[in-house]
Amino acid sequence: MMAERLQQICSAVVLILILALFGFLFWFALPVFINPNSSTFSLAWQPEQGQFGILSMLAASCLLGLVALIIALPVALGVCGFCQLEQYKKYSVWIRRLIRFMAGIPTVVYGIAAVFLLVPFIRETFNQGSGFSLLAASLMLVLLILPVMVMVLDAYCQPLTARLSQTAASMGFTSPQLLFHVTLPAAKPAICSAALLGFSRAIGDTLLPLMLAGNAPQLASSLFDSVRALTAHIGLVIATEHGSAEYNSLFAAGFLLLCINLFITLSVRKLGQSQQQGAGKKVRSDLALATTQVTNVNTSINTQSCSDNRQTT
Amino acid sequence: MRTKLTLAGLLACSLSVLPTAFAADVDVFNGQSGTINIAGGTAHIPVMKQAAKSIMKSNHQVRVTIAGGGSGVGAKQVAKGLVDIGNTGRPLKPGEAKHGLVSFPFAIDGVAIIVNPHNPVQGLTQKQVSDIYAGIITNWQQVGGENRDINLFTRDEASGTRSVFVKKLLHKSPVINSANVVPSNGAMKTAIARDPGAIGYSSVGYIDNTVKAPMLDKVKPTNEACASGEYPVVRKLYMNTKGEPQGLTRKFIDYIYSADGAKFIQESGYIPVSKS
Repeated sequence: MMAERLQQICSAVVLILILALFGFLFWFALPVFINPNSSTFSLAWQPEQGQFGILSMLAASCLLGLVALIIALPVALGVCGFCQLEQYKKYSVWIRRLIRFMAGIPTVVYGIAAVFLLVPFIRETFNQGSGFSLLAASLMLVLLILPVMVMVLDAYCQPLTARLSQTAASMGFTSPQLLFHVTLPAAKPAICSAALLGFSRAIGDTLLPLMLAGNAPQLASSLFDSVRALTAHIGLVIATEHGSAEYNSLFAAGFLLLCINLFITLSVRKLGQSQQQGAGKKVRSDLALATTQVTNVNTSINTQSCSDNRQTT
Repeated sequence: MRTKLTLAGLLACSLSVLPTAFAADVDVFNGQSGTINIAGGTAHIPVMKQAAKSIMKSNHQVRVTIAGGGSGVGAKQVAKGLVDIGNTGRPLKPGEAKHGLVSFPFAIDGVAIIVNPHNPVQGLTQKQVSDIYAGIITNWQQVGGENRDINLFTRDEASGTRSVFVKKLLHKSPVINSANVVPSNGAMKTAIARDPGAIGYSSVGYIDNTVKAPMLDKVKPTNEACASGEYPVVRKLYMNTKGEPQGLTRKFIDYIYSADGAKFIQESGYIPVSKS
């Protein structure tokens, strides 16, 4: 009884805090939203000319997330699939350890390595622009989101494979056949959640775009163009004069980011629910397991990148 | 023999006198204790660092902390009372000054165009610079360099260096949006030093042999040219306090205006300004 009560109070407090966060950001973004002369929802960011549009930053954020996802998803599927194969069991242990280790590396380490290795490499190899580009930031974001995606997929596929392996073997399935014909097709919801989580993590990261994407407030026309993500924009502009139009655009940027994240979280939830309705009990338990794993991953990420979060909130 | 001894004695005497004679400026901190927190403009950091080092060496009871962040951060943090001294590389804006801030200009700094040391371009005109930043000139060949694309670098919106650059060198003409944005003088220097096609701008105090400062309208951006007014893109560096400074903060500001401070300012590549 006591414990239940405590639980209710705690969840109420969390709920109120989240609502307060939304309320706070919306309240501060409100003048930007209702002001008809406000240039916040335009493409032009030229503070010296009085234009403070953040739409190109929104586009850059989405683009960074998408490019990173397009590269990371096949890799994550490959790594996860490899780990399910019976004959590579002794390697898969090490791969899982490596992935868990990767999840703990601070993004600034990736950033600094990329500034000195990847950026000059891109500049000299492709001979377009300064190397600080959409491509450089996306490639490092791949490293950032890969562990999350692999862990989500693996948490779903591993028990599934383990449970089915004997049945499959008795039916004459080889372990790759099991993987390609049973495990992966059954893992569709997990693949979707992994993709969404990876995307939201890529959009939410601040340091990698700030250090590597070049921060030019423009629409990218190629992978080698310099772009400014919403998060990096907040990081750059937060130092301006309090109350100036530059400064106010921050709240709109923060609000947009929060909305994107909310949308993605709800989508992941929805995926989980639809799966629960359609499938039997066992899948449900698998999904529950996967969801707990996802939550674990998220908490570990939240604690290590709390500086990122502080900037975005 | 006797003369030698006398000489040695004299030398010893003078040596024992010397340190105290030199340390006179920093003596005001004797018997003091406490912390001085400084934040803001990144151009100021070399001066602040040297002063802090000298103070903390002579008196272990005084701690000086220095953070960067840019002029905007300096003004904001000092207005909120988060730091004792907020540095800005530009005069305070009306919105900032209304919090009762007092400004202390202590140095003159030039803002100069910097390019990679391997870039053969020796000089540019103001017109060429503003055309480059407007995206009209896009290849180094057009200004007498080799056939290579120009990679533009500019500073973030909170930077004092940026506002001086846009106002006094570009005369408020726009900077093309494809320019890369870096958040500090140091990051600017690193970016330019590693990219043979890059152009950027930084505080004259930050220029060393990792980057090259081409002449602007045939004037080399040196300290002398900045002081004489021959080089036009100059600004003052300010320390700002909330209200009239008291105690340790007052002593620190006076120390920056002392002979020691002037030495630090010169060593950092700026020109000292006497207290008005």
